[in-house]
Amino acid sequence: MSDPGYKELPKGGLILEGGTAAKYETGDWRSQRPVFIQENCINCSFCWIFCPDSSIIINDGKVSGIDYKHCKGCGICAFECPAKKKAIIMKSEAEIEG
Amino acid sequence: MANIKELTKKNEPLSGGHRACAGCAAPVVVRQALLASDKPVVVGSATGCLEVTTTIFPYTAWNVPFIHNAFENSAANVSGVETAYRALKKRGSFDKEVNFIAFGGDGGTYDIGLQSLSGAMERGHRMLYICYDNGAYMNTGIQRSSATPFGANTTTSPAGKKIPGKTQFKKDLTKIIAAHNVPYVAQASVGYWNDFITKVQKALATDGPSFINVLSPCRLGWGFPPEETMEIARQAVACRIWPLYEVINGTWKITFQPKEVTSPLDWMKKQTRFRHVFQPGNESILQKVEEQVEKEWQELLRQCGQA
Amino acid sequence: MVTKEKAARTGNEAMAEAMRQINPDVVAAYPITPATEIVQIFSGYVADGLVDTEYVAVESEHSAMSACIGASAAGARVMTGTSSQGLMLMAEVLYIASGMRLPIVLAEVNRAISAPINIHCDHSDTMANRDAGWIQLFSENSQEAYDNMIQAVRIAEHPDVSLPTMATTDGFIISHGMEAIELISDDEVQKFVGKYQPAHPLLNVDKPITAGALDFTDYYFEHRRQIAVGMANAPKVIARIGKEFGDKFGRYYGFTESYKLDDAEVAIACLGSTAGTARVAVDNLRSRGVKAGLLKIRVFRPFPAEEIANILKNVKAIAVLDRSDGLSNFGGPVFNEIRSALYDLPSRPLVVDYIYGLGGRDIFVADIEKVYQTLSDISKSGKIGDLVQYLGVRE
Repeated sequence: MSDPGYKELPKGGLILEGGTAAKYETGDWRSQRPVFIQENCINCSFCWIFCPDSSIIINDGKVSGIDYKHCKGCGICAFECPAKKKAIIMKSEAEIEG
Repeated sequence: MANIKELTKKNEPLSGGHRACAGCAAPVVVRQALLASDKPVVVGSATGCLEVTTTIFPYTAWNVPFIHNAFENSAANVSGVETAYRALKKRGSFDKEVNFIAFGGDGGTYDIGLQSLSGAMERGHRMLYICYDNGAYMNTGIQRSSATPFGANTTTSPAGKKIPGKTQFKKDLTKIIAAHNVPYVAQASVGYWNDFITKVQKALATDGPSFINVLSPCRLGWGFPPEETMEIARQAVACRIWPLYEVINGTWKITFQPKEVTSPLDWMKKQTRFRHVFQPGNESILQKVEEQVEKEWQELLRQCGQA
Repeated sequence: MVTKEKAARTGNEAMAEAMRQINPDVVAAYPITPATEIVQIFSGYVADGLVDTEYVAVESEHSAMSACIGASAAGARVMTGTSSQGLMLMAEVLYIASGMRLPIVLAEVNRAISAPINIHCDHSDTMANRDAGWIQLFSENSQEAYDNMIQAVRIAEHPDVSLPTMATTDGFIISHGMEAIELISDDEVQKFVGKYQPAHPLLNVDKPITAGALDFTDYYFEHRRQIAVGMANAPKVIARIGKEFGDKFGRYYGFTESYKLDDAEVAIACLGSTAGTARVAVDNLRSRGVKAGLLKIRVFRPFPAEEIANILKNVKAIAVLDRSDGLSNFGGPVFNEIRSALYDLPSRPLVVDYIYGLGGRDIFVADIEKVYQTLSDISKSGKIGDLVQYLGVRE
């Protein structure tokens, strides 16, 4: 599908709905992947509050996983995880794919 | 104090899929600030990293109404939005309670947008202005701003053979805004999320203008590994180069006392922008930094009635 | 039957009066001579409760237009006023207002721009911003200033147009010149302008929009192309509103006004207050048997090229009076656009340019008569001589 022409676009450069960036995947920027280890999680939510890419999936105050479509692999979540045994660890994408 | 469990139940204000660098603090500043509001928020932003990376047409990361106008006018722009809100409310054509937040980087706030911010603060609009201070024009490639720390290497204050990086100390913007006698002014760090969110909550509860200057480390411009963004933001507080405080109706208060005070030099060592100042011959720079940090800290203590 | 009231008003007072009657949601403004009075009078209306507009006394013109943009995007009807350096300081954000398709109305008082600093009339400020995507209406007198302000609201807000609009007067000559004008009743003005219905207000928190997004190479051109569509739609809307205004209030408005042009052999084209002076010159020349005519341009943006070509097609020689200098070695902006408009005519009139009246330098009937004399010579000889001349400057 080609991009819309000027006759089809809303006037004034407006984007008429919120959060459309979710359709843009930044997951392929990643060289390191955060891997969530549920049993180590102490439910502090620090990974979530510090995530620049809104990529910590949280339900009822509990982390349930990571949104790999958008996670850029910065590693803040793993670094900030205060659990004695880390609930998020970083793994090389190359290794995982390899 | 904010309850993180309660915060996690809120709608996500900023979607993933924006193009900020991995490990960028600015989107975290936004998420924390917007999560702090119990009312719908309308947001404005100056031109800069945040605006550019979150609104690349047709993609917007904002799940709240968002407006960008130009570089130097974030405050004036949002003051217009807030005024329209009051006008339409008065005339009965709008009936919701809304909070207004204007964002700007240090370039758009300390430098080119200072007049616009000063005007909006003086006029008394019920809006919160948040400066995410990453200490240089990061969006255009790390040019120095008046928020760049002394000695830092930037592309327009390069560490050269004769001049060792930026030769001026950082402008103290938080105090400049405090001198406007607005009801709420604070300095925060993105690494201390609870302190920052609590400040945003206080600011939004203020019937009048409020300002928060939040330290927002830039891993690219400062030169540190991306996972350490929050740590660097906290260490700036620990070494007192970026103290956390608030000014409520003219009363100054330090909101966080580091358990262990570190040296600003330790903080600087972690960042490649300061690498050159640790070379032999630049000892005087290090001494000046330590003296300045101590001087400003003593002054802050005095202002807080703790000296 | 509409209520009419005769009153003595300066241009500034007339514009402020129109603003009072329109009673916009938001006015954000900064004072500058000679437009100061407009916002000063209006802030008095606010203080006295004669309007319930929210008035924002900003700290610069840049912030005035920036706040207008925010307020307009939020969904409010917004107005402001400025002049000269103020309009120049606004320039950056004027383009943003049109780019975001915000129907802001600006009362602009034409004044020279620095350096040297000068507070008097010329059109340099307005002409410098002629390509900002704003509709530009010029006024010959206070009455037109008043009428243009009221029509500007409708033109700007028309969904086919959605472009900011400036109604202009000439600094001091009109802004401070007292005249008897006919006022429309408050009710009639309110009825005429109606209620503003923004399509996508930012304040709709239930349906969040993003305004002012970044376009890369893949969308910028399309969005800019849309602005041209708004401008292309404007003539129809301006014509319709000018006629509706005339039908209701007895004063009809189009794009240009012709004076004794039907059989004219020589003609002058100009904008604003000079048209009044030129009309007297035309009458004097006609009494001496010279077939002189005058074209007054009311709407400079969108530029009524076709209409101008059609009106001037049988004239032999034309002088354009430019109250600003393009400093291009090729004449002023009005000259260039008119001359270009005539290019497609099968037989083109000869056209010369006169830069005049800079910094408020007076122009007299005798000066204009001299221009007509030159035109008669050109018409007879078929030779233009100097393409661009400076009228009224000491050598």
